[in-house]
Amino acid sequence: MKISLLGGRVVDPANGFDGVVDIHIAAGRVAAIGSAPQGFQANRRIEATGLVICPGLVDLAARLREPGLEHRATLESEMHAAAAGGVTTLACPPDTDPPLDEPGLVEMLKFRARNLPGPRVFPVGALTTGLHGETITEMSELTEAGCVAFSHADAPLADTQVLLRALQYAATFGHPVWLRPQDSCLARGGIAHEGAVAGALGLVGVPVVAETVAIATIIQLVRLTGARVHLCRMSSAAGVELLRAARNEGLPITADVAAHHLHLTDAELPRFDAQLRLVPPLRSEADRAALSAAVADGTIDAVCSDHAPLDDEVKEVPFGEAEPGASGIELLLPLTLAWAERAGVSLAMALATISSRPAAVLGLPYGHIVEGGPADLCVFDPRAQWTVRREALFSQGRNTPFLGQTLTGQVRYTIIDGHVDFERH
Amino acid sequence: MLDHAGGQIDGDGRLRHLLTLQGLPRETLLAVLDTAASFVSIGEREVKKVPLLRGKTIFNLFFEPSTRTRTTFEIAAKRLSADVISLNVQSSSQSKGETMLDTVQNLEAMNADMFVVRHAASGAAHFIARHVRSHISVVNAGDGRHAHPTQGLLDMFTIRHFKGDFAPLRVAIVGDVLHSRVARSEIHALRTLGVREIRVVAPKTLLPSGIEELGVRVFHDMTEGLRGVDVVMMLRLQNERMKGSLLPSAGEYFKNYGLTAAKLALAAPDAIVMHPGPMNRGVEIDSAVADGPQAVILPQVTFGIAVRMAVMSMLAGGQS
Repeated sequence: MKISLLGGRVVDPANGFDGVVDIHIAAGRVAAIGSAPQGFQANRRIEATGLVICPGLVDLAARLREPGLEHRATLESEMHAAAAGGVTTLACPPDTDPPLDEPGLVEMLKFRARNLPGPRVFPVGALTTGLHGETITEMSELTEAGCVAFSHADAPLADTQVLLRALQYAATFGHPVWLRPQDSCLARGGIAHEGAVAGALGLVGVPVVAETVAIATIIQLVRLTGARVHLCRMSSAAGVELLRAARNEGLPITADVAAHHLHLTDAELPRFDAQLRLVPPLRSEADRAALSAAVADGTIDAVCSDHAPLDDEVKEVPFGEAEPGASGIELLLPLTLAWAERAGVSLAMALATISSRPAAVLGLPYGHIVEGGPADLCVFDPRAQWTVRREALFSQGRNTPFLGQTLTGQVRYTIIDGHVDFERH
Repeated sequence: MLDHAGGQIDGDGRLRHLLTLQGLPRETLLAVLDTAASFVSIGEREVKKVPLLRGKTIFNLFFEPSTRTRTTFEIAAKRLSADVISLNVQSSSQSKGETMLDTVQNLEAMNADMFVVRHAASGAAHFIARHVRSHISVVNAGDGRHAHPTQGLLDMFTIRHFKGDFAPLRVAIVGDVLHSRVARSEIHALRTLGVREIRVVAPKTLLPSGIEELGVRVFHDMTEGLRGVDVVMMLRLQNERMKGSLLPSAGEYFKNYGLTAAKLALAAPDAIVMHPGPMNRGVEIDSAVADGPQAVILPQVTFGIAVRMAVMSMLAGGQS
């Protein structure tokens, strides 16, 4: 399949390129940027005038719910949703059922994903067996099976000795470890940011120290072990300060934030909307502003969707009884564009946080547009407005706090490995 | 769309639901108290009934056990001539796996006019209010740690009955504020009605963070906190809080925060003592005080019926 994308505005943050130029694709690769190679005969010519062409998006946290949680979503539905969101590469956390703690499970997931249209899927393996926080997993075997990192997802890892050993072992072989910085004891029972809003509403709080105590612990263990650690889902200003200091010190620590944390705060909670039940919890406006600034200055590397499709039953309950999480992979692009608009950040910088920067966290050769490189592209209309309705989403999970809101920016084509895996007219 | 306060009142200024006292205007609170005052005497008559809610069907939906609150709501509904059905949902549908929404929709299909809801989760009454048909009113009879608006209103009624004007009053709320929906509703009501000072007295482990932002003064020393106050509102300490990481023992709690005659002597000489019940004698309050001349705990119960009648009649009146 040979494709020519004509007249689009190509924005490639990794190479500092922003200009109107044609792109020609052949054999899964970008054959040429600019004039077509000699004798190039496109099977398909896509008129892209007025559209933006950027590297396919890279999402560091998308739950596909397989194996074991197919009542929530299937690989088919979520990979289609990812493609509809412009995502061409994603990492999926190990919080499946059973968790991704055995090579066979990882191989099966990779195999199933490879045979479906949609993004490249990179599993993150479980750091401990069953995510029980006791025994470390066979990281070398799991890496061979296709894991790109190891994580504890949102499961508590209360035993710091196990954490230390896991980091030492991972560091021995250079495996990255992704950790959700939350002290499970300090966060126990909490469902909302501990502060005046939760206090007044009678919601049990998750204090900011649950994050900072965990980050402080992780930083000291990284200093000791030299492990490469990625902090998943930053939520607080104080946490960002610790992260910034660690990075200034030169420690090998990266971090991400969920797109919804750049927009929402605990000020929304008095509606008791179960869609706002998220982990980590939505914190104060000062925290949101600090997260936004940290993404803008690079302290936080990447914005991710933290995609968590849930069935309606677990959200149609009172706030505190709802399962946490939001379906978000189809909102990653428009929410990041809206963040950039609000924060006064350039389009290129915004796109970097969901393409080249997360690709660098993964250490994978995606998230940029180069001749001879993989043809993974997202083509979107930067002015198209659309309303987030249940029926507008491809994900099986319709659980999002943005239902009913009108967002700007909509994917027109998603090209993965040289194939048009999604298109919308 | 319901927000936490505004959605309780419809476009014509009528009460649609009673979910929380936060954000309810002073006129609404006073209207409830005035209406309740007109109902107090009904309880003293030989025939304790008025026909205001004849033909209306009220469901008491208690997802959490309660005796006193459920009983007073039942009596209030019956005195208004409504048909009232009390369901202890915890012991029936929920244990069969029926969701709360299913339970509510089934009762709607039986042509309910009003739901009185108690639930262990903060925000449960808001959730139901958001999902019921537009002609149905929801009364929050306690949701988690969030709100217990009719208790807050009956406490205001009691204070006004014994003290008259709210403006000069200093009020101390003592005990487990952290877990108390009663305290939160009392604070909102006292603020709206404009008392001179609201104090909360508790150890740091039993105070929610940011409580000062509700407009209260925080005291950790009960002798300081009670000095000169006109109203002492005690809170119940639940058994499961009495030992663990919040408090070491019931005995030490009583030593520091139990209301004794000696501590009460620091308050204004004519101070009244209130308690939402059920009391733990010897834990948060000494029997000598609970049964003493300054206690108005039993009148609170009596007024509770009149206040609940007032709320139900105002809600039902809003649609007829």
